[in-house]
Amino acid sequence: MTDPKLSLRDLRITFGPRTVVDLDHLELGSGEILGLAGESGSGKSITALAVLGLASTLGARVEGSVRLDDEELVGAPESRLREIRGSRIAMIFQSPVSSLDPLLRIGELFERTLRLHGDGKHEAAERAAAALREVLLSPDLLERYPHELSGGQAQRIAIAMALALRSEVLLADEPTSALDVTVQAEILDLLRRVREERGMSVLFISHDLAVVAELCDRVAVMQLGRIVEEGPTARVLGEPEDDYTKRLVASVPKIGVRA
Amino acid sequence: MSALTAVEAPLLEVEDLVVEFGPVRAVDGVSFRLPAGPYGFALVGESGSGKTSVARALMRLVSATSGAIRLDGSEVVGSSRALRAYRRDVQIVFQDPTTSLDPRTKIGSTIAEPLRAHRIVRRAEVGDRIASLLAEVGLDPEMAERYPHQLSGGQRQRVAIARALSVEPRVLVLDEPTSALDVTVQARILELIAKLRRERGLAYVLISHNLAVVEQLCEETAVLYLGRIVEHGPTEEILASPAHPYTLALRSAVPEIDLAARRSRIVLPGTVPDPADPPPGCPFHPRCPYANERSRTEVPELRMVAGRTVACHRAEEIVAGEV
Repeated sequence: MTDPKLSLRDLRITFGPRTVVDLDHLELGSGEILGLAGESGSGKSITALAVLGLASTLGARVEGSVRLDDEELVGAPESRLREIRGSRIAMIFQSPVSSLDPLLRIGELFERTLRLHGDGKHEAAERAAAALREVLLSPDLLERYPHELSGGQAQRIAIAMALALRSEVLLADEPTSALDVTVQAEILDLLRRVREERGMSVLFISHDLAVVAELCDRVAVMQLGRIVEEGPTARVLGEPEDDYTKRLVASVPKIGVRA
Repeated sequence: MSALTAVEAPLLEVEDLVVEFGPVRAVDGVSFRLPAGPYGFALVGESGSGKTSVARALMRLVSATSGAIRLDGSEVVGSSRALRAYRRDVQIVFQDPTTSLDPRTKIGSTIAEPLRAHRIVRRAEVGDRIASLLAEVGLDPEMAERYPHQLSGGQRQRVAIARALSVEPRVLVLDEPTSALDVTVQARILELIAKLRRERGLAYVLISHNLAVVEQLCEETAVLYLGRIVEHGPTEEILASPAHPYTLALRSAVPEIDLAARRSRIVLPGTVPDPADPPPGCPFHPRCPYANERSRTEVPELRMVAGRTVACHRAEEIVAGEV
């Protein structure tokens, strides 16, 4: 990869004496969808939070390097990180409804967020409506509260927010794990389209290799804070070399192969 | 002999079950029979399909508006004694083991409670029984001294299974038992269910939205949409050649790790309609790529097509791949 969008090097994340992530090297190319796969506790989510400069809010210590284009984020001032969050790197979560403020209508949430990032009131409203249409939702949903949305709609809204902010990188932490299979398939379609049309780079975190297989160009398999295998998805999942990857691949339920 | 034509009296029989919550008909005329184990029956559907309401009705946690639930041919009505016996015979494991276990109670006490309530073993034997149940579900008997928060999600789900098994139930209802777990943990819980089925001759109703999960564990599958069974028959046939467009869409939405096995996906427009205001005709027609004029006006009844029952006017064409 000649020009990675996001580049992690010698990233070490520790909680007191415990090292939870010890990662040599991971790169997300421009317009690439990279899977970060592993089980609960493998360090996937905290890695994503470290990229946003948020791992320290959980009491973690972060050393090493996280670069967005040419800019170093580890140790960058909080004011600079705040500018980058949302407008350049956005994050979506497993539980989309609880990641939205329950007291704000979706429209208000967009307005507040977009104005913080410099839009005028009128411009913010227009951009929110356009973003909703882009994720195939009716702008009528701007009048709703989060609890009035289905899980799939709430996840689309979280993605729409990233689009409205013109984020270049999307960190997607298990965004479909809580959704039904047909809704999951729709969100995967949407992420593919966002990459095609916006050239967004996506770091897709998941424990489910079947979902990774559906979506990702490359995959890095993480175990106990380390990358144990990395490569093109078809190769890693088709002919895994590492024992842990083999085990993950074998645990995916498959139709037509009876246990 | 196929599962559907079994002649011996069913262990559990659900007939024309209707469950209403105010104006919402959550379950609308569901019927199925569960033979004696080892046997797996799957209820498949997505959020809002009514599958959890069926489970709650089976557990007598909600009352049926109409219809019957019979265990060994007799309906449980009225008397608290019969209900108590029924609740011993039919046990449930919920989706989220974090919220289904009491956080202030040690694992051992959690399992001891039903043992005592139903007087399964003598007081002096409770400790031994807890240890053997924990061992049976693959946990160290020393876990009895722990609290739920000290266990992983998979371990907690094993505890929930041990508790359900403690009263020697005849039917186990498994409501999305692996949906909150990682795939590797899911695979081990599915292995445990397969083992219990073998060793205990267990009969169970497995509720899931994942067709790949039910295939491994269930002979028979019923697919629910808006509270109705839309397709019902041998799991193998339903998965190999779905006859209902909704089954086809569900089947195609299961992510495949094997790129060669991937099929073209059927995208369903819109969302599940408001169950308080279901569409006329076939409840699935607003989202169905194969709906015709008849679908919009006439409700399709369940009928036999290609070895399973299906509620679709165009089932013959769909199962033959002609659409």
